[in-house]
Amino acid sequence: MQTTSIHFKANARRALADESLQRSLTRMRVGFQHKRAAAAAKLPEFETLRDEARDLKDHVLEHLDFYLEAFEAKVKEQGGHVHWARDAAEARQIILDICQAVNARTVTKGKSMISEEIGLNEHLQAHGLTPIETDLGEYIIQLRQEHPSHIIAPALHLHKEDVAETFHQHHAQYGLTRKLSQAPELLSEARQVLRSQFLAADVGITGANFCVVETGSTVIVTNEGNGDLTQTLPKVHIALTSIDKLAPTLDDVTLLLRVLVRSATGQEASVYTTFSSGPRRADDLDGPEQFHVVLLDNGRSAMLGTEFQDMLRCIRCGACMNHCPVYGAVGGHAYGWVYPGPMGAVLTPQMTGIEQAGHLPNASTFCGRCEAVCPVRIPLPKLMRHWREHEFQRHLSPRSVRYGVRAWAFAVRRPALYQRLSGLGAWLLKRLARGRGRLSRLPLAGGWTAGRDLPAPSGQTFQQQWRQRGGHR
Amino acid sequence: MSTARDAILTTLRRQLKRGSLADEPRQRLQHRLQHPPRHTIPQRGLVPHSEQVNLFIQMAERADASVQRLSTAAAIPAAVADYLHRHNLPSELIVAPDPSVAELPWSEHPSMRLRIGAAQDQDKVSVSPAFAGIAETGTLMVLSGAHTPTTLNFLPDAHIVVLPAPQIVGCYEEAWQRLREHAVAMPRTVNLITGPSRSADIEQTLQLGAHGPIHLHIVIVDPSM
Ligand code: SF4
Repeated sequence: MQTTSIHFKANARRALADESLQRSLTRMRVGFQHKRAAAAAKLPEFETLRDEARDLKDHVLEHLDFYLEAFEAKVKEQGGHVHWARDAAEARQIILDICQAVNARTVTKGKSMISEEIGLNEHLQAHGLTPIETDLGEYIIQLRQEHPSHIIAPALHLHKEDVAETFHQHHAQYGLTRKLSQAPELLSEARQVLRSQFLAADVGITGANFCVVETGSTVIVTNEGNGDLTQTLPKVHIALTSIDKLAPTLDDVTLLLRVLVRSATGQEASVYTTFSSGPRRADDLDGPEQFHVVLLDNGRSAMLGTEFQDMLRCIRCGACMNHCPVYGAVGGHAYGWVYPGPMGAVLTPQMTGIEQAGHLPNASTFCGRCEAVCPVRIPLPKLMRHWREHEFQRHLSPRSVRYGVRAWAFAVRRPALYQRLSGLGAWLLKRLARGRGRLSRLPLAGGWTAGRDLPAPSGQTFQQQWRQRGGHR
Repeated sequence: MSTARDAILTTLRRQLKRGSLADEPRQRLQHRLQHPPRHTIPQRGLVPHSEQVNLFIQMAERADASVQRLSTAAAIPAAVADYLHRHNLPSELIVAPDPSVAELPWSEHPSMRLRIGAAQDQDKVSVSPAFAGIAETGTLMVLSGAHTPTTLNFLPDAHIVVLPAPQIVGCYEEAWQRLREHAVAMPRTVNLITGPSRSADIEQTLQLGAHGPIHLHIVIVDPSM
């Protein structure tokens, strides 16, 4: 997909003025935050499990080469195929080849963020295939030719009226011309339309939340059952996943599932957690004849052993964005690429380049709520700060920031000068406030004061006050 | 393709600042795979079996499944007939070939018509057995196999699952252990099912009955009753 992360500021301004989006975001914040808190409260072991999940992911990352090879061997042993893809283009080509080898025309798809990451739908379409998204949210935005605005709730930005309008436009071709207005009717119409697609598809593509080494299984976690119909009915099942998704054993994946589901939707368990191992067995009555796993790298291996390694623990639960004041204010599309919110602010510069995505690590108030809720305890604010440092070192920050920081650094290394300047500043600001205690406008900082007042300082610096009170060094 | 594989593995090892793992750590990891260490298991499932059965029922109902307890499997056909009647469902069933459900005394209820095999689009009600019930979250573990096709779990509007009470366990770990002991190899599909299908994709409001079953009915056969 086209990256617009570089226009984050303009995107954000537009999002803030979008009244319909703002209504959706308010709904999102209330819903997700409350549900996660309630789920965590119901499981006394939750905090311990988060520690263990973090340690487990670290263990896997330290031995990633071993586990990948062992996983591959196990999949093959059961008659499945494993394909390795260095980047998006390789992954797209592998999938296209598998589809073309069985003369596929339609492809049903379960929800997969990696499919978005590699721009799979566009590629399949360009080669004459018809990809059909089957997760309700994904289906809606595919019809509208939009992209997900949230990693687990792709149509979060829409209202039921938008969905009704979209279905009315696109479902007439199936003879469904009644204009609907209620969510249950909309859901049941989507069920009806997609049912025939499930049955007709030649290939089913799902993501995989986890890959289990012990059993050579890919695991999907869904509530709708669309992923299961996608992977059970066609003759070919492709699980598109990435190299950071491994869990050594069934016990390990259970640990990750326990924290994932509660952090994501606040459920005790998702409705369907499905383990797929190889193609259908000789005497099975249903299931796919071919099973393919595509393991995508796309910049992940290069994060290992660096200050960004912790990010590879991410299990894509969405909690960091659900609790982020910036995401909550501007929504997912403003981030301009596949992954929004704090996790996106760390991943997008890695995958699309810091030149493209330099604004994202700056789109943070550093309040720390993302880290506080992350089930695998990724220090997201710290990682965003690393990107800011990279941005600064590579001279990518705006000139005003660079000069400002340099001037500040000059002064701070000269204590006498610094004290003189800060004293002058404090005095000046107090004068400007004219006794009102706050400033509603400030020269050179119009952007900052446009949305809030600056509390005026008392007129003296801390050190001046300290001296007056007889304090010593 | 193998070049991509080599390139990725080479990068991983370079980033980890080491070569391929030596024999000793390799054996340690192999051992870990063969003897999975346990993490913290939530206390709530670690209770006597009768309480596990109660917890299972409570959690499954919270996830919008309906649960019924019978003391004998022979009573299942009558209970199913009654369930279909109450929910205004058609009395045509698609039943798993597994003897535990296929060989029940269905013929005593001639009003119900029965087909045995995998599900197709027109099938509205399915009956299949579960391998385990996990009390911790009210979750069913259902395995694919020659006698238990996966489509039964997803195509029909109503899915009726038969679960013998002794197969209810406290936590996931116990269910995995039973699976390891039961099966030589992993079945193609292991479904963990918690309640009927649903979606909250429209305005974050939960609606039951997305692409999978709208009703999930669990019949626990409990001879100790
Ligand atoms: S960074 Fe943490 S909170 Fe955010 S999606 Fe990943 S696992 Fe969830």
